[in-house]
Amino acid sequence: MTFELSHFTAAIVFAACASTVFGITQRNTTREMLRYGAYCFVLFVGGVIVASWAMWLLKH
Amino acid sequence: MANVQPTTPVVPRAPRKSVVTSSPLAIIAPLAGWLIPGLGHLIQRRWIRGLLLMLAVFIMFFAGLGMQGKVYAFNTGDLLDILGFVGDIGTGLLYFIARAMDWGAGNIQRAVADYGTKFIVVAGLLNIISAVDAYHIAIGKKQ
Repeated sequence: MTFELSHFTAAIVFAACASTVFGITQRNTTREMLRYGAYCFVLFVGGVIVASWAMWLLKH
Repeated sequence: MANVQPTTPVVPRAPRKSVVTSSPLAIIAPLAGWLIPGLGHLIQRRWIRGLLLMLAVFIMFFAGLGMQGKVYAFNTGDLLDILGFVGDIGTGLLYFIARAMDWGAGNIQRAVADYGTKFIVVAGLLNIISAVDAYHIAIGKKQ
């Protein structure tokens, strides 16, 4: 079974899984876990978007 | 008038007790968590956390295989290949199943296969973090 993910979709899957693990393992209470997981997810996806625009600007 | 205070003998403090307790769970939980992602939490009745961790590692691992990522074999060659193996083996049984079934041959002709290779390595690294967390729960350092 093979499938083709776009770069952005792959980044979203990566961010979701990594944020889940980071949230659960790095914080103690459920509320803190949710907040930290969401924070990591936003940073991951935001980082991808910022890096994409930076590369676009470098190219043009 | 001199203020004379009674002198109390200084008793040396006993060393603080460490939170580390030597229960068999402190060995079993991280081992189980490494072998089967999330199991270290599940055997400690952290059902939701265990299932979420299992789901996250499984999705990353199988997404990596689906993208035709490479599963590294044991090697003593290039440093990055050795580190790739160390990351991959973090997935525990999944790694051994993938090697036994000959999955993860890699495909250098597809750019997305390189993402897949990284997905598999990161799945292993995330699983190691989960196993350490299971250990912390077992010794009472974390709820």
